[in-house]
Amino acid sequence: MAWTVLGVVLDAISYGMVLFIISIGLSIMMGLMRVVNLAHGAFAMIGGYLASYALKSLGVSYPLAIILAVIGAILISIPFEFLLYRRIYRKSDELTQILLTIGITFVIIGVANYALGPTSKSIPLPAALSGPFDLGFRMIPAHRLFVIACGLCTALLLWLLIDRTEFGVRMRAAVDNGDMAEALGIRTQLIFTAAFALAIGLAAFGGVVGAELLPIEPFYALRYMVTFLVVVSVGGAGSIAGALSASMLLGLADTTGKYLAPEYGEFFFYLAVILAVFLFPNGLLGRKH
Amino acid sequence: MTTKFGFAGAAVIAALFATPAHSDVIKVGVIGTMSGPYALFGQNFKHGIEAWVAEHGAKVGDHQVEFIYRDEESPNPAKSKALAQELIVKDKVQYIAGLYFTPDAMAVAPLLSEAKVPMIVMNAATSAIVEKSPYIVRTSFTMWQNTVPAAKVAFAKGAKKVAIAVSDYGPGIDAEAAFKKTFEAEGGKIVEAIRMPLSTTDFGPIMQRIKDSGADMIFTFLPAGPPTLGFVKAYIDNGLKAGGVKLLSTGDLVTEPDLPNIGDSGIGILSTYHYSAAHNSPENKAFLAEMVKVGAKPDDITMASVAAYDGARVIYKMIEATNGQKDPDKALAAVKGMKWVSPRGPVSIDPETRHITQNIYLREVEKKDGKLQNTELQTFEAQPDWGLAKH
Repeated sequence: MAWTVLGVVLDAISYGMVLFIISIGLSIMMGLMRVVNLAHGAFAMIGGYLASYALKSLGVSYPLAIILAVIGAILISIPFEFLLYRRIYRKSDELTQILLTIGITFVIIGVANYALGPTSKSIPLPAALSGPFDLGFRMIPAHRLFVIACGLCTALLLWLLIDRTEFGVRMRAAVDNGDMAEALGIRTQLIFTAAFALAIGLAAFGGVVGAELLPIEPFYALRYMVTFLVVVSVGGAGSIAGALSASMLLGLADTTGKYLAPEYGEFFFYLAVILAVFLFPNGLLGRKH
Repeated sequence: MTTKFGFAGAAVIAALFATPAHSDVIKVGVIGTMSGPYALFGQNFKHGIEAWVAEHGAKVGDHQVEFIYRDEESPNPAKSKALAQELIVKDKVQYIAGLYFTPDAMAVAPLLSEAKVPMIVMNAATSAIVEKSPYIVRTSFTMWQNTVPAAKVAFAKGAKKVAIAVSDYGPGIDAEAAFKKTFEAEGGKIVEAIRMPLSTTDFGPIMQRIKDSGADMIFTFLPAGPPTLGFVKAYIDNGLKAGGVKLLSTGDLVTEPDLPNIGDSGIGILSTYHYSAAHNSPENKAFLAEMVKVGAKPDDITMASVAAYDGARVIYKMIEATNGQKDPDKALAAVKGMKWVSPRGPVSIDPETRHITQNIYLREVEKKDGKLQNTELQTFEAQPDWGLAKH
């Protein structure tokens, strides 16, 4: 019995970590740039497609494929940033943002469906990460341990970047008071562009490492968007620790629910969401606006 | 204005003199998933029908046959009904065909009697569909048809305790009921029955539950699509395969386009199904060659294309029997009991249920010439729809 509980908790942590890696980019966008980027899932999907292509057609190694996917997704996002997103940072109302970004999502889904077909694309894992890993008391997919490690590293590095570096200081200044930051000589436009690239890169990274749990296909872009948005709103936009704790909480609710009563579907997931939002209207660790 | 009336007048006069038997056009409306996540199967319908037309010509006697395609990208009963109405009223089709999803087929059924239009279902696999109208014929399969042999295989392979895991919707529930009834009648025991929501992508907790149940075999059904891959991977990576728990499914889990994605880890998975692209017969070889000629990719040919190919045969027979006239009772009478050799093997239309009777094969995923395929191991001959048959 105790082993079963531990097994379910492990499943919950790895599922939560996938949610965290993909959602943290969205959290940065929403918390720092105040952009409700509904195309976030589309960029995660682009990352997944690029990795699949790099592994299957170019024959590169798995780590290199991840790097190519992240860089590729950022490159693809540059025209979008330059032509579209730049207009809506911190300025326009939510409706404009939602219409613009959902439009981008539909375009990306259409292109992916037309060019790459409706079937799911696999991201082959290297031998070291595929197959079961024996923990002594149970087998767990080796890939899940890798995902957990990736999630922890991402959280740590992001925290260092935003809390401990010069860039982080400037970024927080630009967010808290853009005009004052500019008056002090901080080039906020540049900061925002960099933060946008960071968010897209994280989305692509999450899309690739999470592909085992959230398979890459054209409707990925919309299918999981609600889940990502929920993680951000439960955690509190812009907070790393918030997104991490929200991912863990929701991962646990979802996984335990699936174990105990699979026929209830997403009931436990959304029950946890309702309770969390009711008790913490600004998110678990969000700031009051 | 005058010219317009002139044309109309000419048309009326022409219509008065023309006899219907000469060079008229018989229209067939095909509702399929032409776009969206299930577009592959809509393409399969189209290519299957085109393969039949390429082989047998676009004419039945003196009647030109024209297929009109309409897109229904997801289960959407209201839209399917509207599409069918438009086809019947505006395009004046004599036959309706296609229908990938059960709810869509159910929604169209009530229109048929009033419009006197027969419907040829080319996929939707819930048993009850054919009972909704006397004008429905089905050339695909049903869950009961594929699952009853699966339960017999499970018992013959020595499984004592089976855990059932199915997608939580109509066909899944059919599969669960069929397996449970047959396996328990054989003397086996069902230790767990899990209904998984259609949106499930993380199967870790499901595998944990199956492991805790102490089952020695899993029987599963999920509709062909992205989650099937996740299920197979979770089964392997959570150590169930290594732990000696066997996996048996309907063929939906291992459709041909999904096999390359499942990869070598899928070798040895057993399934029961009515069609494998690897079926070894001259009819199937000719069919596959014709499919490629009309533009289908060899790896994308599935059960939906063979159902469409056979469906087109049934429609041609109906047109021939009615001589192009709108007479659904005569059309149906002509195809009841109809027998032929399909690319999937010998088949017939059951005169009682109007559902196709066919062989069900036990298959194993095998690598042949560097390519994964479903190799047939055992044949269950002339299986009716066990969900409808009164046996």
